[in-house]
Amino acid sequence: MTRAREIGERKAAVTGIGQSRVGRRLGLDPLALTLDACLAAIEDAGLRREDIDGLSTYPGAFSAGAPGFSGAGVAEVQDALRLELDWYAGGLEHPGQFGSVANACAAIAAGLARHVLCFRTVWESTAQGGGRRAGIGTGAGGRFRASGSLQWTLPFGAASAAVWIAMMAQRHFHVYGTTREQLAWIALSGRRHAALNPNAIFRDPLTLEDYLAARMISTPFCLYDCDVPVDGSTAFVISHVDAARDLRHPPVRFEAVGTAIRGRPSWDQWDDLTTMALRDAAAMMWSRTDLRPSDVDLAELYDGFSFIALCWLEALGFCERGEGGPFVEGGTRIALDGVLPLNTQGGQLSAGRLHGYGFLHEAVVQLRGAAGARQVPGRPEVAVAGAGGGPLGGCVLLTRS
Amino acid sequence: MTGALPFRLLPEVTPENAHFWRGGAEGELRFLHCAACDRFVHPPAPRCPSCLRAELAVRASSGRARLHTFTVNHQPWIPGFDPPYVVAIVELEEQPDLRLTTNVVGCAPEALRIGMPLRVVFEAREDDVFLPLFEPAPEVAAP
Repeated sequence: MTRAREIGERKAAVTGIGQSRVGRRLGLDPLALTLDACLAAIEDAGLRREDIDGLSTYPGAFSAGAPGFSGAGVAEVQDALRLELDWYAGGLEHPGQFGSVANACAAIAAGLARHVLCFRTVWESTAQGGGRRAGIGTGAGGRFRASGSLQWTLPFGAASAAVWIAMMAQRHFHVYGTTREQLAWIALSGRRHAALNPNAIFRDPLTLEDYLAARMISTPFCLYDCDVPVDGSTAFVISHVDAARDLRHPPVRFEAVGTAIRGRPSWDQWDDLTTMALRDAAAMMWSRTDLRPSDVDLAELYDGFSFIALCWLEALGFCERGEGGPFVEGGTRIALDGVLPLNTQGGQLSAGRLHGYGFLHEAVVQLRGAAGARQVPGRPEVAVAGAGGGPLGGCVLLTRS
Repeated sequence: MTGALPFRLLPEVTPENAHFWRGGAEGELRFLHCAACDRFVHPPAPRCPSCLRAELAVRASSGRARLHTFTVNHQPWIPGFDPPYVVAIVELEEQPDLRLTTNVVGCAPEALRIGMPLRVVFEAREDDVFLPLFEPAPEVAAP
């Protein structure tokens, strides 16, 4: 079993966090946003840029067909900060966005780096705003032809993760009796938390009636099941625990990471469409720790689409398989004072699509006790953060020192 | 004839996938098949993922399937391919994991039921591409 292995991620801790301005259509240079976040994280750790010897990001320099999906790559940031690196990595083929964080932990455990700067920048709001979002396949003078995995979906108008994940949700509804009235609470609870977060995008109250009256995107998903594109960058300094002791904040340690995938890496060929690759990542994470779901004080789980967060809750064992709907219904369990506060910053649905990194940022803020009006009571000690959906998923279990 | 059909993004036909995208010319929904395992392999791959033999042959399926899941899409994603339309994942009757993303046609969205029987119909497109779509089929009595 996996448990017999060395748990290398225990050598790593989050020592610094930083975030740029986050907003709709900021119209700012995404590299400038990235540097804002990176410098804030280094400053927050109490380090200087000369201390940074590793650099890690998702998805790396990347622009094909996805305007604003990547704000900066490794090379741009290294050059802009003139970093002298012992190790670096950036890329898309990771266990979700936190693959870049797991890579940093692995590099530290392997002795390749001591202080790794991790960043994720999006500028989808500016890049896709103002009519600049070209329709899929409109280039190439009408001669576009779908290849690779997209050939199996684009000819049928299945052109977005909204469509692919909507079909997973519909299957879950069918098998387990999950309802829109239940799923709604991922969005409604997130909005309640966002009201307490001055940096959230949507802070006005959202009711179940508003949710049920919203326009449909792809059934069973309505507008409020889909996250909101923003511009913004989030960065972390991840350090070796031996180098973390005398820094500005008590380190937030990695208890375990989950990066597994056992099923087919596909949106439609996955074996059980009521779950996702996050199933395997979650199982792996628990196999690497003696902590149990009941030890977790708060959960920050990817809600690029509401249903993904529901899947994470089930996969992580906070409820039984298929019981995600009843678990979130009414919002009591996932409120700030509930048994499992969920997406305490508002999630991506209300606080903006920072694409995974926002959840880890919020988990660290909460474990530091620095979340202000939205602080989870009782001095939380253990947090889980999970990012990604469909065939992409990775998660981390964090503890306060 | 393609004149009355909506715009669609079409696949790039290659030697590896031509059996799938052009089998509709003969009315057949074709996949690669491993005779040793008696197993269909989709999407096309150089070897059988079970036994790893490289001797895969093209074989026609029945074209009969069941609705595994679906969504009624209301959002315009592709200029010229206008919503609403039904996107579905169907499972061919030959094999539980032989699945396709497709469109269900000839069925009101309210009448869609997961598990309902479907059969393939082909939409002939440019480049000799025949898109496999699915329509409701009569329920087959259990043997």
